[in-house]
Amino acid sequence: MKLSTLLASAALALGLAGGAYADAHGKTKVGFVFVGPVGDGGWTYEHNQGRLAVEAEFGDKVETVFVESVAEGPDSERVMTQMALDGADLIFTTSFGYMDPTINVAAKFPDVKFEHATGYKRADNVSTYSARFYEGRAIQGHIAGKMTKSNIIGYIGSFPIPEVIRGINSAYIHAKKVNPDVEFKIVWAYTWFDPAKEADAAKVLIEQGADVVLQHTDSTAPQAAAQEAGNVITFGQASDMAQYAPMPRVSSIIDDWAPYYIARTKAVMDGTWTSTDTWDGIGPGMVGIGEISDAVPADVKEEALALKASIADGSYHPFTGPLKKQDGSDFLAEGETADDGTLAGMNFYVEGITGDIPN
Amino acid sequence: MDLSAINPLLFVAGFLVAATPLIFAALGELVVEKSGVLNLGVEGMMIIGAICGFATAVETGSPLLGFAAAAVGGAALSLLFAFLTQITLANQVASGLALTLFGLGFSALLGQSYVGVKPPRLAEVNFGPLHDIPVLGPILFSHDIILYLGFAMVVAVWAMLKFTRAGLILRAVGESHDAAHALGYKVVRIRTLAIMFGGACAGLGGAYISLIRVPQWTEGMTAGVGWIALALVVFASWKPWRLLLGAYLFGGITQLQLNLQGAGVAIPVEYLAMSPYIITILVLVVLSADKSAAPASLGRNFHASS
Repeated sequence: MKLSTLLASAALALGLAGGAYADAHGKTKVGFVFVGPVGDGGWTYEHNQGRLAVEAEFGDKVETVFVESVAEGPDSERVMTQMALDGADLIFTTSFGYMDPTINVAAKFPDVKFEHATGYKRADNVSTYSARFYEGRAIQGHIAGKMTKSNIIGYIGSFPIPEVIRGINSAYIHAKKVNPDVEFKIVWAYTWFDPAKEADAAKVLIEQGADVVLQHTDSTAPQAAAQEAGNVITFGQASDMAQYAPMPRVSSIIDDWAPYYIARTKAVMDGTWTSTDTWDGIGPGMVGIGEISDAVPADVKEEALALKASIADGSYHPFTGPLKKQDGSDFLAEGETADDGTLAGMNFYVEGITGDIPN
Repeated sequence: MDLSAINPLLFVAGFLVAATPLIFAALGELVVEKSGVLNLGVEGMMIIGAICGFATAVETGSPLLGFAAAAVGGAALSLLFAFLTQITLANQVASGLALTLFGLGFSALLGQSYVGVKPPRLAEVNFGPLHDIPVLGPILFSHDIILYLGFAMVVAVWAMLKFTRAGLILRAVGESHDAAHALGYKVVRIRTLAIMFGGACAGLGGAYISLIRVPQWTEGMTAGVGWIALALVVFASWKPWRLLLGAYLFGGITQLQLNLQGAGVAIPVEYLAMSPYIITILVLVVLSADKSAAPASLGRNFHASS
């Protein structure tokens, strides 16, 4: 009885989700799998903006479908399979934890194209794409190092994956460069989206003396917590989060997926789609830096913009030696820059950060 | 490691706040289950309460009106569940899950224009000189009225279930609805009232997250608290005091692990992150030696003809 009712309700839930996939013969069908709700105001919000841009670009020729708040892991496999069965031609899976499920489902549907965000496993019908968020983190680190008075910078991490660790390192290197006394306090939330937990993490960091809070989670809750505390600065993550400007949010990293999504959809329509690995940064526009607010002193703002310009034109790489790893061993020699392979698999802190990376 | 970075007073005050949404939601569900109804829609009612409370507080400028609206919103949604399970005798598990799905979707729709809005702040209760007592003052006497209401409700529900005729009737309905019916009690009416109480409490819990703990509106912001509340009722073996203990335990360890991480304690973070769940399960196992079981009619539908 219990089991059958559970099955029945699961079927009901599937049916509700499935209702969104109307039949659309002849149209190119593009599916999106989201890790949070489209209204999270951060990561998923921007991916959904990309989806809407695809609709706006191609009008009647495309149909887009999406499923939001899909848990990473096995459940996402079910969602992707359902999308493929419903006739999707191209499926974007927009979180790191969908990596293996994407590869598994792609093997079962060789005619469907898959695009996995922020991962590193590819196949004939699986591309990967990501943005060089660490370029934006360098600018945040610079502003944070200049503006902190307590010399304690709080950092809310989601999961200890290379993308997040890269961001921590990049922010730390550039904060340390302008402020040798700076200290990072890192709290892992073990979630991408849980506003209450994110707010708690921000409050704890603030209580422990942080007057700058950087976040690598998806909701705007840390911004609200910082606003409540007053005199704490934050940065918009993944999305501009401009509703919290000019304080606490003093700038932001904005992910702009729209051009990429449009180009890839076009490639599927034209039959020119091939498996690729895309990793673009500030230069090509995939990473945007949100308006630096008036809460930042003019000279710091100028330096930050100069840093942004030098990263955009390629004259400066955020990971430029001399740099050592946390354990004191050499990472990059004087003038050497990190190659993409090292960056993609980064699993160590740079020298100066305290604490261990959970594994 | 720098444990001195942790301020114990702020830590305790913090976990009282973190536990309050759980207390409300779990207490409401406890009363519902005591009446013999299993409502798995707590998450849905919480999120509806979160947006109803948030929207009302923003529009009227009064957080207290917001909380009132949250209770009304939660209770209104629970009426849907009451209709399905008490009138049409639909399956309670399926109806509860549907309520959660509906609540999440409907709240997202209602909340579209409230993203990024800052709600009015609910002031702390003014305890006068009590607030200045060392240690106790910042921990106990520096909160908003709703937090105290949560505590008072636990006491009230406990006293009601244990000492009053109404509590006895509620428990009778939950243990054996046929016997209660034979004695002339209106089983459906009593259960409907219990379901509405549960909805109102869940709504209050949701609004506590959107108005005080975070404070903002984001889609899906309850992020599973409703499910933890459901588990907590079982963990507390349907006893209000244990429920309070469980909520403080869960909230406290959650806060503690964040504090320890910030202070750079050398315990691997994974263990810290899972500790609230592990410890709650452990306590559950220990307490299961206790004979108290679920209400005998829990989850069974009642019709006067049966």
